[in-house]
Amino acid sequence: MSRAADSPFDPPPDLRDVEPVGRVRIWSGETPWLVTSYDAQRDVLADQRFSADTQRTGFPHQSASTAERRRDFRPFIVMDDPEHARLRKMLTRNFMIKRIDALRPRVQQIVDELIDALLAGPKPADLVRAFALPVPSLVICELLGVPYADHDFFQACSRRLISRDTPVDEALAASNELRSYLRDLVLDKQRSPTDDMLGRLVADQLAAGAVTVDEVVSMGVLMLIAGHETTANMIGLGTLALLHHPDQLAELRDTRDPALVANAVEELLRYLTIVHSGRRRVATEDVEVDGRLVRAGEGIILANDAGNRDAEAFPEPDRLDIHRQARHHIAFGYGVHQCLGQPLARMELQIVYGTLYRRIPTLRSAVPLAEIEFKHDMIVYGVHALPVTW
Amino acid sequence: MKVVVDQDKCIGSGQCVLVAPEVFDQRDDDAIVVLLQEHPAAAHEDGVRQAARLCPALAIELDEQ
Ligand code: SF4
Repeated sequence: MSRAADSPFDPPPDLRDVEPVGRVRIWSGETPWLVTSYDAQRDVLADQRFSADTQRTGFPHQSASTAERRRDFRPFIVMDDPEHARLRKMLTRNFMIKRIDALRPRVQQIVDELIDALLAGPKPADLVRAFALPVPSLVICELLGVPYADHDFFQACSRRLISRDTPVDEALAASNELRSYLRDLVLDKQRSPTDDMLGRLVADQLAAGAVTVDEVVSMGVLMLIAGHETTANMIGLGTLALLHHPDQLAELRDTRDPALVANAVEELLRYLTIVHSGRRRVATEDVEVDGRLVRAGEGIILANDAGNRDAEAFPEPDRLDIHRQARHHIAFGYGVHQCLGQPLARMELQIVYGTLYRRIPTLRSAVPLAEIEFKHDMIVYGVHALPVTW
Repeated sequence: MKVVVDQDKCIGSGQCVLVAPEVFDQRDDDAIVVLLQEHPAAAHEDGVRQAARLCPALAIELDEQ
């Protein structure tokens, strides 16, 4: 389901008319369950009787190419505990609140330098290419220990991977290229240790035999893609949404209160819910969800975008209000698979939203909304480009 | 109010630390939750309730007595 062309910030109109827990027909002809209510989605995501394992029969895949790709590439997010927990635990200390806070000055510097370059360059400029994509890419590269100089390569692979329409063989090729690139890096780090996330995985876990090279490679691919695609889209799409809500933008631009900026980040995460194609599970037992019986082996799709617009959880859900209490949104998912990188994403977005509009107060879209191309076919929603001027 | 955390359930997401830093901390080596105040001061109770609601691993339990 796509969002409507005339209301690109809202969930697909078709999602509004379905039952809170009902059936939907997907590309494969299968009819998994579709959950739209907020409470029921949280219940399912927190219930380990629903499996995230994409190899189980009945798992409702996004598309033919994701189904195919998952056969051999299995990052820990598509595993269940205890495997999932074993691998995830190796990474959590990197995302501790204290450690993420310590990175703030460096991220602020990256943001300031990119804004300097943007202001010094020609206008109009594409905000995605000049700012939204470089910020999180630079940050995740430094954290992981991946050379930023290779960004054209990995951003192109990532784009092919997260488009639902990429033909199966192209998606597989992109996945293989990215994995062999990461494998070379991991082998390098085995020879000459580095103090970064991949380097520490190699030195601590791989050396001790706690993980295989393949597992480290899969974690690297996952973090590289997840680390830049999502935040980049929140910067691009979030800016466009703010430009279309000038009163909210003005408040954000003029505030010096970090708590209000942080609140605005939560609200935009809720309002936009860029992981818009639903989180997916398959039942391992018969489980009742909001009065409907989901049987073992049946797939279930959780429409997080609809859940984040559920009036029971968020009064007047279609209003963008940066003062709203929105922190309980499910844009990062919920349950043991909830996004590992969220403290990093939050921190980056707080710095970006707290800096960009203040430094370029006259920032505006250089084209009408109708000319903006949205990523309807991507697993992560956003804009392909955002021409801006000031 | 009495707070109980289950370190075996915790996935180290830090949600609790973000909303109630006076009551929750994270262990340095693995980011697992550490309870700083078993009986939080009244001023922190709302933050603790929010933490319990936000915890993705259902690792925080509250006894409101
Ligand atoms: S919110 Fe829950 S899972 Fe996250 S650190 Fe606190 S106790 Fe652990």
